[in-house]
Amino acid sequence: MVTDRRGFLKLAGLTAMTAILGKFTGNAARALAAPLRRASGTESGPEALAGQGLSDKAPKNAKRLAMVVDLEKCRKKAQCRDCIIACHQEHNVPQMTDPKDEVKWIWKEEFSHVFHEQEHEFLQENYRHTPVPLLCNHCEKPACVKVCPTKATWKRESDGIVMMDWHRCIGCRYCMAACPYGSRSFNWRDPRPFIKNLNQEFPTRTRGVVEKCTFCERRLAQGKQPACVQACKAKALIFGDLNDPQSDARKALGAKYSLRRKPGLGTGPKVYYLL
Amino acid sequence: MRIYDAGKIITGLLIFLALVTLPFWFNAVSGKSSHVPDPQIAPDTPRCVRDKDYMKANHMDLLNKWRNQVVRRGERKFMTADGRQFDMSFSRTCLKCHANQQKFCAQCHDYAAVKLYCWDCHVEPGTIKKGSSWR
Ligand code: HEC
Ligand code: HEC
Ligand code: HEC
Repeated sequence: MVTDRRGFLKLAGLTAMTAILGKFTGNAARALAAPLRRASGTESGPEALAGQGLSDKAPKNAKRLAMVVDLEKCRKKAQCRDCIIACHQEHNVPQMTDPKDEVKWIWKEEFSHVFHEQEHEFLQENYRHTPVPLLCNHCEKPACVKVCPTKATWKRESDGIVMMDWHRCIGCRYCMAACPYGSRSFNWRDPRPFIKNLNQEFPTRTRGVVEKCTFCERRLAQGKQPACVQACKAKALIFGDLNDPQSDARKALGAKYSLRRKPGLGTGPKVYYLL
Repeated sequence: MRIYDAGKIITGLLIFLALVTLPFWFNAVSGKSSHVPDPQIAPDTPRCVRDKDYMKANHMDLLNKWRNQVVRRGERKFMTADGRQFDMSFSRTCLKCHANQQKFCAQCHDYAAVKLYCWDCHVEPGTIKKGSSWR
């Protein structure tokens, strides 16, 4: 077939148009179907969540574990550190005296720092200063895993947890450079002297090793909820399987508007913040 | 045949021989060479997770396997040949039965000049005060 310029341009235009049209019709069909789904009652409203006690057991056969943080509930006790204390006690996370050496698995930061893209001068004052709990996002496409030269960190296929093997970590800190959320800490010095109440059941780390939240992978294996979830009296931390529409996490996400940190980076973070 | 200065040479040789073999004499006299490691196990401890000969030669392999299985594959249960079940844990299984690592593990390791770095992270039982009450 001989194609002249005119013919080629026509063909290219047509292809582009069908592609765009296809995308629009797809979206439109989904938009049209949404109210139907809502009407048929598959999505639950806020009442459903409030009425139902959250589970105190680990999700069973979970495929895509995620954390949902209800900022409204968390904000009511801005000074509360229950989740942090519980997590750091459980995993022997040291309380460093010099902030430069800080090691953290879960911590808090102001809303306007965490969601600085969302911040503007008229943001409600109470939101601006809302403390937001932060932890490893257990990304769908974790950047840290890609850069780790020893496979000391990897994404577990079964449930999507971004795991750590502290035996393999050589302390190169590539993962820390790659993580856009600052979720990883480096042990610049021996952490032992900075652990006040040593939990004998969980090993500490040593100097020259990176550490982070593991979604309490060990507690999950024992059928328990993560330590932070169990410790939160306000029930602001909701843990569950995104693939299970009946899970606490999915119900919570269905009930309120939610944000994730830096979704534009394409890492697919799995910590959701309800507004 | 005669040796010039035989007396001096022979005493010299004898002194030389004595000096060269000094380490052997010294150990024979001090009794240190007869020291063999004596790993101590509390008398009423149940049997090990595998037989003694295997453990003696291959405990480090077993630990390595357990470590990879638990940390990397999430498998935590170990079945012994006689059907007892154990949690594949260094601190919570091995060290429950072998609670005094100084009198057990270290006995052999000091002898064989093996230095375990495991204790940098895994809590050596008895060295640090009782853990948390939070659970
Ligand atoms: C249920 C208690 C128990 C557990 C758990 C246990 N051991 Fe043992 N271990 C023993 C006893 C008892 C012996 C003495 C030999 C025997 O009777 O089997 C022994 C023997 C050994 C020996 C050989 C000692 C010698 O004198 O030659 C080694 C090495 C050893 N254990 C290492 C380990 C390691 C490593 C683990 C964890 C993977 C472990 N043990 C778990 C009870 C235990
Ligand atoms: C019967 C003597 C004996 C006992 C008891 C013993 N070990 Fe060992 N262990 C050895 C020897 C010998 C080696 C070195 C083997 C080699 O280098 O090939 C070794 C090596 C190791 C290694 C590998 C070290 C390395 O750097 O590669 C580990 C881990 C280990 N032992 C753990 C333990 C633990 C934990 C205990 C106590 C629960 C224990 N061993 C008790 C004799 C013993
Ligand atoms: C950098 C710190 C570090 C060092 C050094 C280290 N471990 Fe570990 N190890 C850990 C941590 C943390 C875990 C817990 C992982 C979990 O439970 O999710 C663990 C888990 C394990 C486990 C399985 C689970 C359990 O509870 O015991 C084994 C077995 C193990 N380590 C063996 C060893 C041996 C043997 C050595 C020495 C040769 C060693 N480790 C050195 C940090 C370390």
